[in-house]
Amino acid sequence: MKRFAGWTLASPATALVVVFLVLPVLATIATTFTTPAGPFATYVSFFGSGFRRTVLVRTIQISLITTAIALVIGFVTAYVVSRAPGWLKSILIVAAVFPLLTGVVVRSFAWLIILGKNGILNSTLLNLGLISEPFSMLYTQGAVIVAMVYLFVPLMILTLVGVLESIPEDLIQASSSLGAKPIATFMQVTLPLAVPGLIVGAVLVFTGSFTSYATPQLLGGEQVMMMGTLMYQQAMVTFDWVAASTIAAVMVVITIAIVLVMTRLARHLNPMAV
Amino acid sequence: MTRNIHPLLIAATTLVFIFLVGPLIIVFGAALSDTSYLTFPPQGLTLHWFENIFAISAFRRTMVTSLQTAVLSTVIALIIGIPAAYALNRHRIQLPGWLSTLFVLPVLVPELVLGFSLLKNLAVQLDTPIYLALLFGHSLLVLPYVVRVISASLASFDFSIEEAAISLGSPPLKTFFTILLPNVRSGVIAAFILAFITSINDVSISIFLTGPGLSTLPIQLLAHMEQFFDPTVASVSVLLMLLTVAVMAIVERTLGLTFLAK
Repeated sequence: MKRFAGWTLASPATALVVVFLVLPVLATIATTFTTPAGPFATYVSFFGSGFRRTVLVRTIQISLITTAIALVIGFVTAYVVSRAPGWLKSILIVAAVFPLLTGVVVRSFAWLIILGKNGILNSTLLNLGLISEPFSMLYTQGAVIVAMVYLFVPLMILTLVGVLESIPEDLIQASSSLGAKPIATFMQVTLPLAVPGLIVGAVLVFTGSFTSYATPQLLGGEQVMMMGTLMYQQAMVTFDWVAASTIAAVMVVITIAIVLVMTRLARHLNPMAV
Repeated sequence: MTRNIHPLLIAATTLVFIFLVGPLIIVFGAALSDTSYLTFPPQGLTLHWFENIFAISAFRRTMVTSLQTAVLSTVIALIIGIPAAYALNRHRIQLPGWLSTLFVLPVLVPELVLGFSLLKNLAVQLDTPIYLALLFGHSLLVLPYVVRVISASLASFDFSIEEAAISLGSPPLKTFFTILLPNVRSGVIAAFILAFITSINDVSISIFLTGPGLSTLPIQLLAHMEQFFDPTVASVSVLLMLLTVAVMAIVERTLGLTFLAK
């Protein structure tokens, strides 16, 4: 009896994940290989279609740009936050957690108000006389990237604050007491120790952007279609479920591959683990 | 401790926080504007748009659905997630290593794929009621948070206290409720709140599992935004932000602000 106690307690959660996640997702992927046209026909048509290839490339591109910007902004901010005095640090962390807990629809909507044709940015620029005609900023790649960066910077900041705070203060002090200038300490001690955390943050942001729906839907529309919005369109507008399942399979494979490779890499690059 | 930070870095950080908080303040302002279109700073102040939320039956209905789904899915995830987290900590040796990976799968697999698969293979093929599919989807979505947070608080729990109770004759269930649960109370609260807020904000799973007659608040908001551009959406957003404030206040009261930093 005692031998099975662990399984008994873990079985309801295991059953939920297996029955309602693993099996349905595998079934979705399986249908892409069992079409009458042959096992790989849907993938040939996915990668053969110029439009779908463009969407895939665009999605990767937007996700990479978002990740790069979020890494830079997040790292600088986290560095300052982790060195701020206690009371200020609490305020800054609350200011980063608040947007994180606010839903993606609300946060994307904010950029709809800002970037719209009669939006705040346009009316401010018009009032200042900097432009004579309102710009159309919505439904561009730039709008999607700005909103995505906005979406993921808090996550990056909080991840990296944790990482930077776990770096032992002794190492920084040892470095500076041995005569290293602050910039040298940063480049040779702080940065290498932060690399695993930077990788984790980058994976979170990349996979989050890669599979996002609400933000590209609201700020990109038909013009800046991404994998998520394309998948929704195929499934719910054109009702081509085989095509939607193919996109789903491509998303699952890319996401899981990136997570596996990058977490391996993070472990490999961790100087503290040696 | 070296606290001297280059002024340029401080300036950059200030800009980042303006970037983070500014857009949310704009939504707040836009919700109060006495105009029929979205604008900031607000022109004239009114609470009319907040009344308008409750005048639109779709918002009233979806608000109830969202709250109900969030509470139910969180409770389901707690009921099955707490024993799972306990087993992972207490009976680690008996269980295979992949089990803890299995419980993070809902985070790893894209939510859109999960939502679509539940629609395709459960709701359509097996004729499962769509609300059940939505509920299972949300329970899965929040399960990883529950397992992780409860595991973290169990990691600092001294299991010899539990053994003492059992060896003194306390039955397992009583031991669970009188010894274990009070000791991981803060973890349960944190897990509840995290799960609740995740469920109530979800778009990517719900988008496939809603339709005419059944929708959640974020999905209704999305639909409304695509048709109208009036401050009602901003006022619903403000309500959701107030909910976030309430959640953060509860966390602060029960666990302290340091919890948020973790």
